[in-house]
Parts: sequence; C-alpha cells; structure tokens
Amino acid sequence: MNYAYILGKLRGDVFPHDIVTIGGASTMAIVGLGVLLYLTFSHRWTWLWREWLTSVDHKKIGIMYIVVAMIMLLRGGFDALLLRTQQATSVGSSHGIVSPNTFQQIFSAHGTIMIFFVAMGLMFGLINLALPLLIGSRDVAFPFLNLTAFWLFAGGMILINLSLGIGEFSAAGWLAYPPLSEINYSPGVGVDYWIWSLQIAGIGSLLSGINFLSTIVKMRCRGMNLMKMPMFVWSVMGSMLLVLFAFPILTATLSMLFLDRTIGTHFFTASGGGNLMMYVNLIWAWGHPEVYILILPAFGVFSEVVATFSRKRLFGYTTMVWAIAVITILSFSVWLHHFFTMGAGADVNGFFGIMTMVIAIPTGVKLFNWIATMYRGRISLRLPMYWFLGFVALFTVGGVAGVVMAVPPADFQLHNSLFLVAHFHTMIVGGVLFGYFAGINYWFPKFIGFKLNETLGKCAFWCWVVGFLLAFIPLYILGFMGATRRIDHYSTSLGWHPLFIVAGVGAGIIALGVIFTLLQLIVSFIQRKDNLDLSGDPWNGRTLEWSTPSPVPVYNYAIEPVVYDRDAFWDIKEAARSGKKLPAPEYEDIVMPKNAPASVIIGLLAIGLGFGMVWHIWILVGLCFAGIIITLLIRTTGEDPHEYVLRAAKVEEIEKATRARGVAHV
Amino acid sequence: MKRKYTLIFVAVVVIAFLTVAGIYLAHSNIQVLNPKGPIAEKERNLIYIALGLSLIVVLPVYGLTIAFVIRYREGNKKAKYSPHLQGNWILETIWWLIPTAIISVLAVIAWNSSHTLDPYVPIASKNKAMVIQVIALDWKWLFVYPKLGIASVNYLQIPKDVPIDFNVTADAPMNSFWIPQLGGQIYAMPGMSTQLNLMATSYGEFYGSSANISGNGFSGMNFMTRSSSMGGFNSWVKSVESKENRLTLSAYAQLARPSMYNPVSYYSKVKNGLYLDVINKYMMPIEKSSSGLNSSYSTNMGMGMSM
Repeated sequence: MNYAYILGKLRGDVFPHDIVTIGGASTMAIVGLGVLLYLTFSHRWTWLWREWLTSVDHKKIGIMYIVVAMIMLLRGGFDALLLRTQQATSVGSSHGIVSPNTFQQIFSAHGTIMIFFVAMGLMFGLINLALPLLIGSRDVAFPFLNLTAFWLFAGGMILINLSLGIGEFSAAGWLAYPPLSEINYSPGVGVDYWIWSLQIAGIGSLLSGINFLSTIVKMRCRGMNLMKMPMFVWSVMGSMLLVLFAFPILTATLSMLFLDRTIGTHFFTASGGGNLMMYVNLIWAWGHPEVYILILPAFGVFSEVVATFSRKRLFGYTTMVWAIAVITILSFSVWLHHFFTMGAGADVNGFFGIMTMVIAIPTGVKLFNWIATMYRGRISLRLPMYWFLGFVALFTVGGVAGVVMAVPPADFQLHNSLFLVAHFHTMIVGGVLFGYFAGINYWFPKFIGFKLNETLGKCAFWCWVVGFLLAFIPLYILGFMGATRRIDHYSTSLGWHPLFIVAGVGAGIIALGVIFTLLQLIVSFIQRKDNLDLSGDPWNGRTLEWSTPSPVPVYNYAIEPVVYDRDAFWDIKEAARSGKKLPAPEYEDIVMPKNAPASVIIGLLAIGLGFGMVWHIWILVGLCFAGIIITLLIRTTGEDPHEYVLRAAKVEEIEKATRARGVAHV
Repeated sequence: MKRKYTLIFVAVVVIAFLTVAGIYLAHSNIQVLNPKGPIAEKERNLIYIALGLSLIVVLPVYGLTIAFVIRYREGNKKAKYSPHLQGNWILETIWWLIPTAIISVLAVIAWNSSHTLDPYVPIASKNKAMVIQVIALDWKWLFVYPKLGIASVNYLQIPKDVPIDFNVTADAPMNSFWIPQLGGQIYAMPGMSTQLNLMATSYGEFYGSSANISGNGFSGMNFMTRSSSMGGFNSWVKSVESKENRLTLSAYAQLARPSMYNPVSYYSKVKNGLYLDVINKYMMPIEKSSSGLNSSYSTNMGMGMSM
C-alpha cells in the first residue's frame, strides 16, 4: 500500500544520526516534555490558555515574545559554542567535533535563529510592552492581528526547531544563496525548513508592522502630536515602515526559491534562464533594511534610557527625528554593499559605497546627541545605563569597521572574511542586543512589578563585554590574516589556531553572561518582595508609562491621558511639585478585547502547513490552509462580539487597590 | 585598599595578555596587511586611510562619553545641572557637518578607488598580461593556462612582475576567488565569467582560498600561489607539459565530480576552449546540452509531488 500521500517524503530514517544533533534534539525534547508534564500535573493548562496563550493584552504578548526570544537565545548560543569549539579544535590533522555538513547546518541555524527568533522576538516584545503605553493608549490598533502575528512567530520558531529532530536543517548559510540552496546541491529538506520557518515568521512580522504603524498613527492620546512623541515611538515608526516595505520582498524571494526547488522553475538556477544574482539582490533588498529594522528600536530605547538616567531632556529632539527619517530612507539604497565582489562595475560599486557611508552621518549625529544629553545631567549609573555605555564602546568599533568596508576596494579584501563576521556581530550584539537588554532592565519593573537584581545584572554585563572583546577582536585580526568565514577546518601553518582558541574562550565568557542573566531573573523573582515597585515610577521617569501602577493594569490608563509637553509625565510631576492640584479622577467604562483562541489555532495550522510543505505532504498543506481560511472566516463573520466592557466601578476598584499599595508603601 | 589591589591585578593580567598577543602577532603573517603586489598594497592603504579618518569621530565620542560620565555622575553635586537644556542648533549643526565633511572626503576616495582598483581594469606594466582561467569546482580550483594549454588543480604558479588577468567562473555553487596577499576577491559564478587583475611583485608562496560557502568540501578549497622568476615559471611549465595527464572533456567530467581536500594535480594538454564550454553549458536549453558536457542542472526535476 502506498502511504506517500500521507507521509510525503517522510521515511523512517529522518531522525538525526550524529551525536551532536541527537544531543541537541533530545535535550530540547526532554525539556519540552518536562514543561508539558509540569503543566499537566499542576493543573495549569487552563490558566496558561486563558491568561497567556489566548490573551490579546499587548503586555502579555510582549512578555511571551521575550520569553520565546530568550529560549531561542539559549539555542542560538549553544550553536555558537559548538561553532567556536569546532573552529578551535579542527586544525591540522584533527577535524574537530562535527562533520562539515553538521557544522554548516549549525551556523545556518545560528544566524537564522539569532536574527529571526532572538533579535526580532526581543524587538517585537519590547514594542508590544512599551509602545501603547508611551503614546498614552489603552491598546494596539489591532489586538487580534497582534496575537496572530505572535503565533506565526512562535509557529516559525517551532518549525525551525523541529528540523533538529525530524530531517535536517539548511546547510547553505543564513541567507541560503542559490545555486547552493537549489535542489541539485541541497536535495534534502533542510532548505525547505529554512524557507518555511522564515515564511511563517515573516508574515507574522509583516502583520506586526501593519499593526504598530496603525497604532502610532491612530492611537495616540489627546495632545500628543507627532513632534511630542517619545523618541522610542519615532524609532519604532521608522522600523515598522521598513518592515512594511522590506518583508514582502522576503516573502516573494522565498516563494520563488521554493518554486525552484519544488516544481522546477528557474528563477535563480544557473541554467534554464535563471539568475542567482537576482536572488542575491532581492535577499539583500530585504536584508539590509532588516538590519535597520532591528537597530532603530534599540536606538529608541537608548534615547529613553539616556534621558531618564541623566535626569534631563533628550538633547536635539528634532535632529534625532530627522536622523531616524534619513536612516529609514537611506537604508533602502545600500543593499549592494553586501556583494561589491560580484563584479558589478566601478560606477555601481562607487555609488553604493558612498550611500553606505552617508548613512553613517545620521548615526553619528545620534551618538553625539546622546552624549550631549549626558552633558550637565545627573547621571545615575543603573543597569540600563551600563548597557548604553557598553553599546557606545562596542558600536563605535563596529561602525568604524563598517565605514572601512564601505570603500569597495577595501571590501574586496575584507568581504566574507572573519573581519566581516566580527563587524556584524559588533553591530548586532553591541547595538541591537545591548539595546534590548537595556530596554528589558529598564521596563521590567513596569510590567512585572519588581526590579531586577543589580549585582547579578552587572556581572552579566561585564561577562558580555569582556567575553565579546575576547571573542571578536581575534576575529577582526583573523580576517586580516586571510581567514574566511564558515570554515570547519584549516591548516596549522596559517597561524590562526591561537586566535581561534582565544575566541572560543570569549564565547565561553559570553555564555557565563547568559547564565548570569538567567540567575538575575531567578534571584530577582525569589527576592521580589524586597524589590517591589510600589510607586510605579522606580527610575523617576519622564514618559507616560511611569504614571501607571506597576504592574500595569489590563486597561493601561484608567483615565486617558492628555499631553501638553514632550516628556509628558515629567511635566505632570513638575506641575504637581509646583502645587498644581490634579482633578479628582472620574472613572469610565472601558471596552476591552476578548481572548482570541483563533490566533492560536492559526499558529498551529501554520506549523502544519509549513511541515506539509517541507515534506511534500500536500494533503496536510491543503487541510491546514483550508483550516486557516475557515478560522479567519468564523472569526471575522461570527456573531460573537470580540469585546467586553469593564465597568467604571470595577476600574475604580482596581485603581484604588493598586494605588493604595503604593501609598501604603510611601 | 582591596579595590586598589583588584585594579592592579586586572591591569597586570590585561598587560600580560596584550604583550603575549603582541609578540604572537608580530611573528604572524597578517596577509591583508602584508601585501606582495600593487593591488593588495593599494587596498591595504585604503583600509588604513578609512580607519584613520573614522578615528576623527571615534576619539571625541570615547573622550566625551568618559568625561561626561565622570563629571556628571549623580554623586558629584558640584557639577552644573541643567534639566531643561534640550538642544543647541549651533552644536547640532556642527555634528551634522563634521561627519559630513569626513564622509565627503571618504566618498571621493571611495569613488576614485572603485574606478582605479576596479578588478576588471588591466594593470599597467611593461610586461604583457597573462590570462589564467579559473574554474571553481566541487570542491577544488582548476587553473587553466589557455595560451600554454596546461592546467593545474589547487596550485597556481605565476611569474613575478607579470600582470595576471584571471577569468573566473564556477561549475559548482557560487565561490569567491581570493589571494589576500595579491589582492581582493571576486565571485566565481556558474554560467558567468568575472575578471580579476592581480600581480605579484615579489617571490614567494601565497595562500589562496574560496571565501564563499559552497558545500561540504568548501574548507578544503585552498591552494598555494607560487610567484617565481620567468625562468622558474617556464621550467615549471615544461615539467607540467611532460605529464601524461590530459584534460579531455571526459577527464574534465571526472574531475568535476565532488571531491574533498583534492591533492594538487597537473594536466599537460587541455581541450581547446574548455573554459567557454564550461560557461556555455549553462546557456543551453535544459535537456539538450550540445557541448558534450552535461549541465548539472540538466536533470529533469519534474513535479516534486508524490501524490
């Protein structure tokens, strides 16, 4: 009997054979199983379903994003440690700990996971948490869309991790250039896993982009015109505009690659009229804006952090806005600098080289504005400020490396070398990750209700910085020594070995930093009673979110705020200090969105759809696709109103209870 | 007191580490910074210039950050505090202009050097350029000397002071052809021919590799480039010509099969026009390759459906 229509390409031998992959897959399976058992035995499924998985509260969605991203940081971090171990041991007659193919799968997974499921996850997590509060709104524009986007993100994440245990992952690098990623050279399912986990997560990102852009445009509170928005909001606006324009390119490119692989089209093949250069252009037309999608919100976090901890207004608000606008626009005109070595010709290379340098100007302006914000301030060196200073130290180095590589002939010598690897890690770790760590430490008390442990946070910080320098300065030097990226073996005579060992030690110290971060969370949770944030304003904040109690009530603001000045809450506090009496609150009924199980169903069906596509189980694809359409139809046409009313009396009760805690404490 | 000892300890460790690292690096071959030809030398100089110009922005950023953090720390009540200070158009104009000025200088350099160091531009020399055809295979480099009719695998010999005009293609996934001590890389792409003009101005052996991931055996795709005198080069050519191995189409098809860590090998007679044949096979209609070479894409993929 033929089961092909049920099993597709699935066979008995799809499970991993090499010890590293088996170890990784079984660790994940065991941990996952443990969590499921715990949930079952402690009867927490209903709680989890009602309070978290189906909740459309943007704050809970934000926390779920960050939890997923932190778990993926562990996965991506393990990958990094394996890569470093391989390169530190695979020299001369030794071939290290993994086979070339496994090594290539690991670095492909490392890059994909770190960008799509760590950096993007932390970014959407922080935007979800902070953005509506910063603009004085009770919610995002499209709560159901928001939760659906999260579940597509989580679906993509689950699919990419399934590849560890069922089948294999792509071995073609995180951007899977053809022809290597075409069916002739990568006949397995790895590239398909890569395509479909990105497709699913990418559509989620696009939906999020639409949601947050609409939120900024339509949901600002009274009085908050564009030039009164906190800088984080501006940076998110730039970033989401880029999402809106860039992600459709990714979706289309991945679709064409999948068609090439599956039904034999020739978009990017070398023969049959296809052109691999088209793919490289398209993927970077998405890929370069993606870098700015990630970094802009991190810049936004720093703008809030520096002003708050310097007890001073942000310096040069208007120039900051212009800098963001310039970066947003220019980020679509530099993509070719990722392949100066393709032989495009001097005019083309020269143009893109210059555009790349020009984008350094607004970035430099932003740095100077942050520094000027500290001038004549009262700088309180708390954790978020540590991450900011770490960012200044590292990001500048990465920026210099970037400017050097923007000169096309200089890039001919640095491209695809470990110098390049060191450069973009300096930008992504020192810029993006440090920015989001600053944001997490900054906003944590607002959403969880207690402050994070400072000592352990500082240990984590120093491990990250020292580990980073040890891990990546050798890579800059190795690049100069002619070491190319992605090699799983090299000869002793090249003299690279000691530097790879130092880099490995550095990676170990970074791992220690991650452990300290986890310890920080655990210890802070245990000692939460001593660090409760009862005032709602632990840092003497400037923006509206600090006017709410911590943790923020489900409706955010009992009374919709009205804004008269840029640092709205600072303004209110100053008015209060000068003796102005605030009017007694008059509570009102608040319309709140209901939980949306449909989002979870869509997410699960998307996993099924992706899995079916990967393994060519077309019947599963059809069923899941139909399921998604039906779920959407029921959700959008049903009689069920998706909202409920929180009565004014209930709001008053919640407000009085939370505020009373604060008063009792003061 | 304890804090002081900690600081001293940290300083000693850092200095010791940097000293060892410095000594090690002084005895290493930092290929990109140790050029053996005019192209690599100019490219290295560009790296230095760009680094130097960037430092004009970096140093004030570091200096001001450290100074302000110390001066305006919370504990220092003597420092002036101006919570409402929110901008200064003169200062802001200055820090739009300073990076703009630096970038303008760099932009001119980038534009001019893109043209002078365009890999397609022949190198001016009293000696006539020699064409070498480079074919990236799974997973080795094939070097064809079309005028001499010889070829070598994973080994490249060139005469010193003679401009070399590399024509580069791939009969494999995309690779990147890179000899750091002679100059920057160019992609090797199937169905296409790119060009890279390099020249060695001293004798020696230089490391070359593929800089772009191309599959399982990618890490073994490196080769040695020997730069010798014209006489040394000619005697090497003689020795290759005396070999039995001929690079016929069938021998090429055999060679093109995937192999890892391929040893160096030589071919005395190369089929005329092999390089163009290799490129052209990707230009043919999918199932009718007339050059006698089978395109690796000629298999009929058909519908991947298993229903």
